[in-house]
This record gives sequence, C-alpha cells and structure tokens, in this order.
Amino acid sequence: MYAFNYSRAETGRKAVNLISKNEDAKFLAGGQTLLPTMKQRLASPGALIDLSGAADLKGIEMKGRNLVIGAMTRHFDVATSELVKEKIPALADLAGMIGDPAVRNRGTMGGSVANNDPAADYPSACLALNATIITNKRKIPADEFFTGLFETALEEGELITKISFPVPNKAAYEKFRNPASRYAIVGVFVAKKGKDVRVAVTGAGSNGVFRPSNFEAALTAKFHVKSLEGVSAKAEGLNSDIHADAAYRAHLIGVMARRAVAKANAK
Amino acid sequence: MSATSSATGIGASVRRKEDLRFITGRGQYTDDVNRPGQGYAFFVRSPHAHANIRKIDSTAAAKMPGVLAILTGDDIAADKVGGLICGWMIHSKDGSPMKAGAHPALAQGKVRYVGDHVAVVIAESLAEARDAAEKVEVDYDVLPAVVDMNAATKKGAPVIHDVADNNTVYNWHLGDKAATDAAFAKAKHVTKLDIVNNRLVPNPMETRAAVGDYEPGTESFTLYTTSQNPHVARLVISAFIGVAPENKLRVIAPDVGGGFGSKIFIYAEEVVCVWAAKKVGRPVKWTADRTEAFLCDAHGRDHLTRAELAIDESGRITGLRVHTLANLGAYLSTFSSSVPTYLYAPLLSGQYDIPAIYAEVDGIYTNTAPVDAYRGAGRPEATYVVERLVEVAARETGVDPAKFRQKNFITKFPHQTPVIMAYDAGNYDASLQKALEMADYKNIGKRKAESERHGKLRGIGISAYIEACGIAPSAAVGSLGAGVGLWESAEVRVNPIGTVEILTGSHSHGQGHETTFAQLVSDRLGIPLDAVSIVHGDTDKVQMGMGTYGSRSGAVGMSAIVKALEKIEAKAKKVAGFCMEASDKDIEFKDGKFTVRGTDKSMDFGAVALQAYIAHKFNGQELEPGLKESAFWDPTNFTFPAGVHICEVEIDPETGITHIERWSAVDDFGNVINPMIVEGQVHGGIAQGIGQAMCENAVYDAKGQLVTASFMDYCMPRADDLPSYQVGMTQTPCPSNPLGIKGCGEAGAIAAPPALINAITDALGTENVPMPATPQAVWRLAQKSITRKAAQ
Repeated sequence: MYAFNYSRAETGRKAVNLISKNEDAKFLAGGQTLLPTMKQRLASPGALIDLSGAADLKGIEMKGRNLVIGAMTRHFDVATSELVKEKIPALADLAGMIGDPAVRNRGTMGGSVANNDPAADYPSACLALNATIITNKRKIPADEFFTGLFETALEEGELITKISFPVPNKAAYEKFRNPASRYAIVGVFVAKKGKDVRVAVTGAGSNGVFRPSNFEAALTAKFHVKSLEGVSAKAEGLNSDIHADAAYRAHLIGVMARRAVAKANAK
Repeated sequence: MSATSSATGIGASVRRKEDLRFITGRGQYTDDVNRPGQGYAFFVRSPHAHANIRKIDSTAAAKMPGVLAILTGDDIAADKVGGLICGWMIHSKDGSPMKAGAHPALAQGKVRYVGDHVAVVIAESLAEARDAAEKVEVDYDVLPAVVDMNAATKKGAPVIHDVADNNTVYNWHLGDKAATDAAFAKAKHVTKLDIVNNRLVPNPMETRAAVGDYEPGTESFTLYTTSQNPHVARLVISAFIGVAPENKLRVIAPDVGGGFGSKIFIYAEEVVCVWAAKKVGRPVKWTADRTEAFLCDAHGRDHLTRAELAIDESGRITGLRVHTLANLGAYLSTFSSSVPTYLYAPLLSGQYDIPAIYAEVDGIYTNTAPVDAYRGAGRPEATYVVERLVEVAARETGVDPAKFRQKNFITKFPHQTPVIMAYDAGNYDASLQKALEMADYKNIGKRKAESERHGKLRGIGISAYIEACGIAPSAAVGSLGAGVGLWESAEVRVNPIGTVEILTGSHSHGQGHETTFAQLVSDRLGIPLDAVSIVHGDTDKVQMGMGTYGSRSGAVGMSAIVKALEKIEAKAKKVAGFCMEASDKDIEFKDGKFTVRGTDKSMDFGAVALQAYIAHKFNGQELEPGLKESAFWDPTNFTFPAGVHICEVEIDPETGITHIERWSAVDDFGNVINPMIVEGQVHGGIAQGIGQAMCENAVYDAKGQLVTASFMDYCMPRADDLPSYQVGMTQTPCPSNPLGIKGCGEAGAIAAPPALINAITDALGTENVPMPATPQAVWRLAQKSITRKAAQ
C-alpha cells in the first residue's frame, strides 16, 4: 500500500464536497475491492473519503411501491432485513450469497454497484428488478447505469446515495460459483412484475452484466421453466478463463435461468 | 509397551497440549521474532520466466528514504557465498550423474522463472524497502520460455541451464526391462493409461519467513526460519553455502504453521537474510506475502505418465511399465531429484504381487518454480498410477474392482517387490473388507439407481494404497544417492525432581509432538504428562537431528526417544540399587516405581532422579552422577503404512458439480500413540488429496506467467467441498521399530486422489477424467456419457 490521505465524511453531501476539492481522491465504501487492490499496490489513490460514518446513506425503507436501500447498507443488513425478506426475498437471498461473512459485514450495496465488477451479484439484481440508481445529482435507470467492465454512468465525483427497487411479483437469483474465488461464473436474476419479465446475467458477459432478450421473450409468454426449453445463450461475447470457457458459461446461463424460474415460482 | 493405556499414555486420545497457545494467539512464529534494530528485506523478483540480466542499476533506489543496502548477485559472489544445493544424487541409465545447473541465492546474469530472486533491498521499514525496490532498474534481455515438458526436450527448445542441453536433468530407470517386456509380450490383456498428475502449490497457512542476526562480539550468526528441519538447514548453509561454520551458526525454527514438505528445503531468502545481517550490520527480517508463496515456494507433483498393466488369463497382474516425465522446474530444489525417482518408482508395486516392473523417469527443467516434495512426495504419484491402472484393468476385464484387487494382493510377508522395497508386514485384505463394509459397497447398485431417478450420476471408487515412510535406514538411502543419513536423535534430560525434558531432532509444525512424544515418556516413566516437556527446533539446544517429513517422527523420532529412555531406565536402576542396597539386576521398574524384586522396598522415579544428582549413595568411581542419556536411532527398514479408501460421489450432469456423498477410510498405521491426532492427520490428508483431485491446479501460461497466483484462481478445498469422513483402522505392528509405528501424516493425501477419480470415472462411465476434476471438465464428460448412453 502506498501512503494516502484519509478523511471521514459524516454525510453524503460532505463527502461530495470533499471529493470536489481533491481530484485524486476516491470514495471508500466497504472497501472489499478497493483496499485489497491498494494493498497489492495496484491502486494508489492520493486520498480516501470514508463514507462509513455517513448515516444518511444507510437504511432500508418502502417509498410508495419501491424498496429503497441506502448505498452504504451492508450486504449483511440486506440479507437479514425483515423488510427486504418480505418485499423482495430474492434480493435478501442474493445478498446472503455474496462472498463470506467477513465480506458481507463490510461490503455495501452502493460500493458493489459503483464498482460494477463483471462477476458481482448486485448488478444483476439492479438490472432484472429495473432499479433506479439515485445519486447526489440525478436518477439513473439501471439499464443506462452499467456501461462496461468496471464502467458505469457515474461521473467524476458523483456519489450513489440510494437504490430504488420496484417490488416484483416474483423474483429469484441462482448463482454458479467460481470454485476458487466463489464469485459468480454465471449468476442469473429473473424477475416478473406485471407482464414484464426481466432476466439479467452476471459473471458471464465479456462486457459485464446483460439481459438475454431470448430468455425474456420466452418467459414473457409464460413465466415457467418449460418456456425455456430450447432457449439457449450464445457463447459469443461470453468470458473464457481456466475455470469456465464460453461454451460452458453459455450452458450454465440456461441451467441457472431454469433453476431461478423454478425457485421464483416455488415461492 | 504397556498393554493397558492410562488416560494419558500410549493409545489415549489426549487433547493437544500445544493447542492452547495456538488457538489463543500465543504461538511464537518466525514473523513474531523481532530483533533490536532490525531491517526489513524485500526481494526484487523477476517478472520474466526466462531472461538474461544485462544490468542492475540501483542508484536511484539507494537514495530512497530508509534504505540500508541493496544487494545483488555480484555481492553474494564477491563474498563467496555458495549456491543452493540439491542433496540427492541421481544417475541416469547410462551411469552419468544428473545435470544440476547452478542455483545462486541472488541471480547471476540470468533468471529462469517468474519470481526468481534478483536483488534484495534492506530498509528501515518494509514499506520503505518496497518503495525502493520499485526503483531498482533491471535491464532484462527477455528469452523465449518453455513451461511444457514435451516442448522442453525438443530440439531447438530454449536452454535453461547450459549443463543440460536438452533441459533433461536425468533419464533414470528402475526395474528389469527385459522381464517386464516379456510379461507384456505374453499378456492376455494390457491396460494403457495416459496420466497427468497436476502441479500443486503447497500453501501452508504460515508463509515462509526468516530473520538473520549477527553478533560481532562472538562472530556468530542466528537464523530464525520456518523450517521442518533446522539442523539440515544449518548443515547446508554452513557446509555447502559457506555463510558460517556450524559452530557459529544457530538455526531456530520456532512455532511453524504448517509445511507439507515445502519447509524442508533451504531457500534463497534464508541464506540472504543471514548473510546480509553481517554485511549490513543489522538483523534482517523477511516474511513472504501470499503472492511470493505462490510464485516461489517449491511446488509439488507435476508428472506426465504413460502407464501400462499386463494381465494374464486368470486375471493376475504380470507386469507394470511406466514412463514418466517429471517437471523439476527451473532449478533443482533441495531434495527434488529424489521425489520422482526413489520416492516414486519403488512404490509402483502397490499392494500387489507384481512379478515384473520397469519404470523410466525423465527429470525435466522448465521455466517454472522449482518442484520438490509435497505431502506424500512421489508416493501419491505412484499410488495414482497404480490405482487408476488397476481400477481400469478390472473394468476392462469385467471383474469387480474390489475382487480384482483382492486377487492380486500380496498375502505373504516379508515380500520383496521387483523395485527395491521389502514389505515387512501388512494385511491388505483386512483393510479392504472393513472398508467395503463401511462403504456399504454391496448396495451401491441400489444407490446408483436412486440417483439416476433424480437425474444424477453416482459412482464409487476404491484406492488401495501403500507408502514407504520413515525415509530410512541411512545406509539404504545412502546407497540410493541421498547426501545425508536419515536416522533420528533424542536426548532425555531428567531433572533432579523427576521432571523430564526431551530434546528431539524431529520438528513439529502441526503434528502435535508436544503431546504424543510426552505421552510416550509419561507411559514409559510413569510420570504425569505435564512433567514432560518437548524441546525441538533449536540447533543450540538440541543435538544434531534430521527433522520431520515423510511421516517419520513417530517411527524414527519416537524410536530414538525409546532408545534413550531405555538407557535412562538402566542407569536409574543402578542408582536405585545403590539407594536400596540391591543389585541393579534385582530392580524392577514399573508404573513409575523402582522395586527390589521380592521385597516391599521401592522408590518412585522422582526420588531416584534426586539421588542420581545428589550422588550421596554411590561414589563417582562406581557410577557417574546425573541422569541424562541420548540415542541416535537408525531403523532396519522403511515402514509401510497401507490401507483402503472408498469414495462415493454423486454428479449433477447439468452443472458438472461433484458431491462427495461418503468417504470410508481404513488405514493400517501399525500401533497408534494418540488416535485423535492420527484421525486428524487422516482428515487433513484426505482434504489435501481431495484438493488435488477436484480443486487445486497450478497453471502457467505459455510465457511462464503463473495464472493461478492467488486464491482468486488457485482453488483450495473448503469445508463445504468436503464430506464427513468415516475413519477406521486395522493394525499390523511394524517390525522394524520398537514401537511398531508406521506413520500416518501423508496417507490421506496419497490415498484420496485415485479413490475420488475412480468414483467419478465410475459415475461417468469413462476412463479419462483429468485431475483436477473441475465442474467444467466433469460437465463435458457427463454430456458425452449421456450421449453415449442414449445411443446404446
């Protein structure tokens, strides 16, 4: 780790103020990606602005028909929240599958979404649930937020404050884990709200999280496992590594999608 | 040995004495050692797998804050510090000695793998050393690298060491080629397999570390290091590397957090720390980070083998033939040459009566980290070859794999195999029958059908392993090329009030010696467990010893203690005789009491110890005062632990995930001191074997970069990958040591891989499942299996 300046912000507004004065600074949310990267000297921000004391960025509440979760809410809190379990149990389920207990007790939803790791879990939930990412400046629909590997629509100094999830009728998440890292090799989130069915795939796409339109079309006709018979993902555009090549990932998208639909319908 | 065990004696599952300090954070590991004024070392390592070094410019780095010194290969050469050695000479078939390239502690003109040690920066803090290391400018002339063994031996391949022009260290062989070829010519059936034994990174929980210290007043060095064998480290660093004479070098291996073989070897960083301590005039500390552990600890396994088994009309094995390419990495590590030769081929007879065996092994240099002994060392590789061959042969000839094994088991002992080993005792069928029972083998058909109804594939696999442990007698290993003898030493120091210190040449780095060795002494002397302390890991305290590896501490290390205890008993009887006015021949020693035979006169052990030191009851001409004895024990044979493990798996053909449903292990370790610790060793060994078979794989890309250089990509087995084990035992005491112990440390890692792969191949109906059997690999084969079944 290289030397850096550290400051702690009590509110989201103060954090944004601090970063505007220091272009070499980064927000520190749960630090589950940033800190290990800094320890390995692969990242060297001149300053960190710690958000962990910003109470206004935390919390889970219903606003109208939407479940709204503060950006600094930890995975553990999402996984164990009675409100999340009642309104969107799939989201609580997903949060409980992230990393290990140590990661879930530090990592935050906003940090994960802002980082947009192509194998992270939350981006698939945001996309499939048609969430809105709310920042200090604006509201960004999930469809416009995730723009590429570790790339988002966030501008310099822009801070996610909360994420708003429309409550679906049915939803579920299924993940095939990388045997070494336990990140998603393929994670599929399916959600049905009214007639609208959305499917989001994480871990597999070489450009990050994406929506497979053929799966969505088949499930819009009927939200049932049998609708996915004969529906498959193409290997082109998927990641290949020593753990899973593109063909295997394409196959797993089908398997995880079918299992997610079955799980969603079982609830 | 006492037939009945007390609550703390031999045979009792005593809780480990050392665990209190380990689990409460009070262990003292090398990284806990801090010397006044110490500097911190950070190594500049090669980012290239193969390159010539044109120039090292440390001008800018030397000006960085806190820098004490920057040392390179030129400095180490100028001080005439020798290179690292390989301590086991192997001769090729043609009689020529192995071709060992020089292995300098800091590179001299060339680097040969990613992570090779180029220079060291020593600074006031680790952060300053790292900062300065980034400013050391190394001008590399990058050369083509070779990581694949077949490519390395081809004409035109990059030459890694000039002494080995085709990158071949040796072409070694063992056995009778003509007799074996004749057996194959007459065979009714021949089973052939191409076998990959995957490369592993040892990954002990504690990474390697070293602290070098120099005291100018006495001109003496101290090296604190993560070693399984501190005396061997001192011998090598003194006699071969020449940093200091033995009497001026103290090596201390304090608490060590796991080794699995990787801490047997003498590494560059230890040599550099101890040498630099004098050069810089400050103690020098280095602790590897996990990336360095991945890149630079000696790796394990990495064999490519063509194996064949000849079978006659009656289903008996008549011959076995193998040709193995063994990857030795970029340099020969301390014992690397012996692992794929004498620790491998002599085990190719397995538990079977095989009249003719012939093995050829080519040791190959590649631009990868050195490869050396890792839990089992050669014996897992041999067992994998034999047990895969036997399983496939049984299936090909339509015989139940359990019956095929039973038919070919050795049943008469001693048994001389065609490949050196003379097995002394065993009852292989007893272990097999017990394991079959535990595994409910006879009902596997029902369970397979049940799985099939749920769309799953179920399989069962057997592994009947044997290993040679102790790695002794000395004369035997010497005749095979070992540069050292492999006996063990012990000293028993009885204190005046009857407490005891045992100084052992063995070294505990997880094995629980402080408990098991104390159990032996408590049992023999009839004194409480807490009255016995075990001292190890410090060359200034403990007499020369050979250390812990090859499951040798029980069979060899404890036998040395037994021999010293016998001398203590004989001396104490003399003291008791003087005190009770009787001949020592009339003194009986039992349950901690010396009694004059046929009388009620007796003294307890503590009273006799006191009299030995007070020395009032005898004079110095009759008997020396004191009660302290030592012994060096050299066994008469290797020990031969053996057993049968049976694994049952269920595979989800949709995802390729293999779930281990059941694991039944029956091991014959001879007599057992502490069943709980032995069972723990079995659990850990199986976990590592499952790791090799399902998870772990060290992968280099074509340019020699280690792709799996962190836990993000190198898959370690986790608790939820592992089953709940059923562990059983059979016991045939070992005749070659006084305790009848065979050794248990490596058995699980040796037995497990073929049991698991045989189970997966049974489930998939295919003979070609590579290790590690990852979900991706299993899924591909499951698809083929389903297609094949549909076609039938």
